Amino acid sequence: MRQLHRFHGGVHPPTNKTQSSETPIIASAMPSKLVIPLHQHVGNIARPVVSVGEHVLKGQVIGKADGRLSSAVHASTSGTIATIGYSKVAHPSGMDDLCVTLIPDGKDEWVANLGADYRELSHTDIRHRLRDAGVVGLGGAVFPSDMKLYGGKHQIKTLVLNGAECEPYITCDDRLMRERAAEILLGAEMMRDLLHAEEVVVGIEDNKPEALAAMQQAIVDGKHARMEAVAVPTVYPGGGAKQLIRVLTGIEVAAGVRSTEMGVQCFNVATAYSAYRAISYGEPMLSRVVTVTGNVERPQNYEVLLGTPVAELVAQAGLKSGTQGYIMGGPMMGFLLPSDQVGVVKATNCIIATAPTLFPAPAPTMPCIRCTRCAEVCPAELQPQELHWFAKAREFGKAQDYHLFDCIECGACSYVCPSNIPLVQYYRYAKSEIWARERDKTAADTARQRHEYRQFRLEREKQEKAEKLAQKERAALLAKQQADAAAATANTDEDAQARIQAAMARVQAQHDATQPRNTANLTPEQQAKIDEIEARRAHIQELAHPEADLDKHHEPPKE
Amino acid sequence: MFTSPYITKPVSVSEIMLKVMLALLPGIGFYVWYYGPAILVSITLASVTALATEAAMLKLRDRPVAPFLKDNSALLTAWLLALSIPPLAPWWLVVVGTLFAISISKHLYGGLGNNPFNPAMIGYAVLIISFPVQMTHWLTPHPVGHPELSFIEQLGYIFSGVLPRGLTLDAVTMATPLDTLKTQLHLGLSVGEIRDMPIYGRLAGKGSEMVATGFAIGGLYLLWNRIISWHLPIVYLGTLYATAGLFHVIDPAHYVTPLFHLFSGAAMIGAFFILTDPVTSPTTPRGKIIFAAGAGILTYLIRAFGGFPDGMAFATLLMNICVPLIDAYTQPKVFGKKAKGAQK
Ligand code: SF4
Ligand code: SF4
Repeated sequence: MRQLHRFHGGVHPPTNKTQSSETPIIASAMPSKLVIPLHQHVGNIARPVVSVGEHVLKGQVIGKADGRLSSAVHASTSGTIATIGYSKVAHPSGMDDLCVTLIPDGKDEWVANLGADYRELSHTDIRHRLRDAGVVGLGGAVFPSDMKLYGGKHQIKTLVLNGAECEPYITCDDRLMRERAAEILLGAEMMRDLLHAEEVVVGIEDNKPEALAAMQQAIVDGKHARMEAVAVPTVYPGGGAKQLIRVLTGIEVAAGVRSTEMGVQCFNVATAYSAYRAISYGEPMLSRVVTVTGNVERPQNYEVLLGTPVAELVAQAGLKSGTQGYIMGGPMMGFLLPSDQVGVVKATNCIIATAPTLFPAPAPTMPCIRCTRCAEVCPAELQPQELHWFAKAREFGKAQDYHLFDCIECGACSYVCPSNIPLVQYYRYAKSEIWARERDKTAADTARQRHEYRQFRLEREKQEKAEKLAQKERAALLAKQQADAAAATANTDEDAQARIQAAMARVQAQHDATQPRNTANLTPEQQAKIDEIEARRAHIQELAHPEADLDKHHEPPKE
Repeated sequence: MFTSPYITKPVSVSEIMLKVMLALLPGIGFYVWYYGPAILVSITLASVTALATEAAMLKLRDRPVAPFLKDNSALLTAWLLALSIPPLAPWWLVVVGTLFAISISKHLYGGLGNNPFNPAMIGYAVLIISFPVQMTHWLTPHPVGHPELSFIEQLGYIFSGVLPRGLTLDAVTMATPLDTLKTQLHLGLSVGEIRDMPIYGRLAGKGSEMVATGFAIGGLYLLWNRIISWHLPIVYLGTLYATAGLFHVIDPAHYVTPLFHLFSGAAMIGAFFILTDPVTSPTTPRGKIIFAAGAGILTYLIRAFGGFPDGMAFATLLMNICVPLIDAYTQPKVFGKKAKGAQK
C-alpha cells in the first residue's frame, strides 16, 4: 500500500455528483452551428488558416499553433466556415475573442488521419503530433500537453494522473475512468515514456469506488507495471495538482516552482486519454466529455463536439424553468458564462444550470471577526483573513508579503467564512491590481529610458553642432591645426558615447532595483495566469470595488 | 452571485455567537442554584442595555441595524459582563458597564471585528476602577451563608437599594474566595488556616467552584463542536496551573494550590469564553499559544502580587494590546516553503 500524505485544510461541500454519475456518457446531438474559439489553451492564440465560405472536413486544422507555447484548433465536424470574427467565449474574463463559426453539413466526414504506434515514433515527433492535434490539459488549466511532456534536465520519478475530481457536481472524469480506463492507461504509458518516469500513480477520490475499481482492473488487464490506482480521501480541493501531488508523494510544490523540478509531473486522466487517441488514431482534440447538471431534468455526461453552443447542449438534458444562468466548471472555482451561445471549449468539464433554488443568493456580508476558519481550511496554508484585510485596504505590498500569489483561488476560505465575505474576489482584485501596477511601471520605465536617451541625444547633437561650429571657426582661423581639431571631435564623440552608455546602465540598474518581488523568473503557467488575470481585470474591478465598504454596501434583505 | 465560489457553508456569525451563549447556560444554571435568581436580572438588564446601545450606535454610524443586531455579538458581550460583576449590585452598575462596553470599546473602534480590546473586559475594568465598593460585594452562596434573600428581596435591593429590615449588605454578601484569600494572607494567616474557613469547599470557594465547573462543561461543548480551537483555553489553564503550581510547591503556606486557581474567579469563564473572543485574540496557532500563555502568567501574577482580587480581566486586556505584534511575528510557513532549503 502506498503511504498517503495529508495537505492542510480543505472543506467538504455537498458533492452533488450522483445526479449525473450513474448513467453512461452519450454523444451530444449534432448542433446547428459550432462556435469554435481559436484560443482554447494557455499560450498564443492559434492562427486562423481557413477562410469564410471554405468547406472543411472533420479534424481539419482551422487554427495553427503559433509560436512555442500554443496549440492547434480543428474543425469538430465537416461543414462550411460561416464567419471568422469576435464573439463571446467561455472564459472568465467575459471578453470577446476570435472564433470560427462552422455550419455542419451533417456528413461528419473525416479528413484523412493517420494513427501510429507511439513506440515507433521519436519523442520529438510525438510532441509535435500532440501539439498539432491540439492536445491540452483537460482538467481546466488547458496548458499545451507537449510542453509538459518534457522532463528537461530533471529526473522525473512519478507521473501522477489526476482522477480526483474534487469539485462538486462534476463527474466527467468519473465516467471516463469507468468507461475508458484501458485507453487512459495506454495514454499514461506513453506519457511515462516521454518523461522517462519510473512510476505512474492515479489518484482517485474515495467517493468514486466504481472508477477506482475500473482503473485497478484495467491496470491488471493491461499488465501495466509500476502503475497503481490509489484511493485518496475526498476533500476539496484534493484534486488540485499541488494537493494531489502532496497526498500521493508527500512532495510540496511551492508556488512558482515547476513540479518537474521536484521529480513529479501531473496530468488529468482525460488528457491522457486524449493524448492516446491523438497518437494512436490520429484523432485531434475535437470533442470532450462534459457534465451537464444543475437545473435540468436529466443530468448526464455528454461527449460534446468542441464549439457546440451551450444552449443546444443543455437543451438535450431538458432544461428546467427558473434557470438563470450557467456556471462553467464547478461551483467552487467555476464562473458564470457570459451567454448561453458560447461554444463548449477544451476547458469545459461541466455546465451547471443555475437557479435560485440550487444556488441561493449569499447572505449579507458582515465584517471579518478573525475567527480563522478560513485559515484552518486554506490548502496553501495562508492567512486569508490577513490577505482580505490588506486587499481591502489596498496594501498590496503587504498582501504580497503574506503570499498573495500562493493563493490558488480554490474558494475554500470563502466557503467557510461565517461573515460571507467574498474573499476570493478580493484576492483576484488584488492580484490584478498588482499586475496592472507592474505593467504600468514597466511602461513608465521604458518611457523614462527613452526620454533619458533622447535627452542625451539632443545634448550630444547640440554639442556636436557647437563643436562643428567651433571647428569651422577654427578651421577658418587655424587651418594648420586641423588635425588637432579633428582629434578633439573624435574625443567628444567618444565622450558622448560613454555618457550614453553610462546613462543606459544607470537606467537599467534603476530598473533592476525596482523590479517587483515575486515576479521575476515566471513559469509559463504563471505568465499565462497573469495574462488571464489581466484580461479579467476590468471585469473584476466592477465587481470587487473594495473602496466601497462592503459591510456598508450590502443592504440586508428586506423582510 | 458574482464570482465563485457559488456555494457557502451554512454557518453565520449569529449562529456561532448563539452557540457560545448556549454554552454559558450550565454555568448560569449553577449560578442561580447557589446564589439565587439575581444573576438573571443582571443578565436581562445587560442584554436590554446592549441591544439598545448597539442599535443606537449603528444608527449613529449609519450602518444597517437589523443584520448587526441579529449577529448576537452584543448579547454575548452583555452576558459575559453580567457574569463578571456581582449579581446583587445596584441596577445602574451593570447598565453603565454595558453601555461603556458596547459604545466606547466596540463601536468607537469601528464595531464588530475591529475592536482591539475585549468589550466585556473593558466594561469590567471600568467598573472595578470606578466603583470598587459595589464591585466587591458578592452574594454569599447558600451553602455558606444565611440568611438567604428571596427573589423579591433581591429585586428590591437591585432596583431600590433596600434590604429587608434588620439586614445589612455585609450580612448577605462577602468578598470573593480569591479576595478573602488575599486579605487573610496579608493578615498573616497561612493557606491551610484560610482554607479551613467555611466559605471554602473542596476545590475553591463553595458555590463558585461549581459555577466554574459549569463554565468548563460549556467550554468542552464549544471545543467538541469546534466553535473554539483548543489552543487558547488549554494553554491558558495549563500555564495558570503550572505557574500557580510552581509557587505552591516552593511555599505551600503562602501560595494556594493550582487547582484552587483554576476554579476561582474568572479563570474558567475566561479560558473558554473571554480569551477565545476571536476578534481580540491572535489568528495564528503559535500566536494563540503565546497569547494564552501570557494571559495565564499575568493572571497569576496579578492575583498573587497585584492590587486587584482577580487578574483575568487585566491579563486579557494586557495581552489584547500585544495581538497585532504577536500575529505579525508568528506567521506560519506556507505550502511548499516549510522544508529547509525549500525554493523561495
Ligand atoms: S472566515 Fe471570514 S470572518 Fe473568519 S477570519 Fe476568515 S475572513 Fe474573517
Ligand atoms: S482561495 Fe486562496 S486563500 Fe482561499 S483557501 Fe484557497 S488558496 Fe487559501
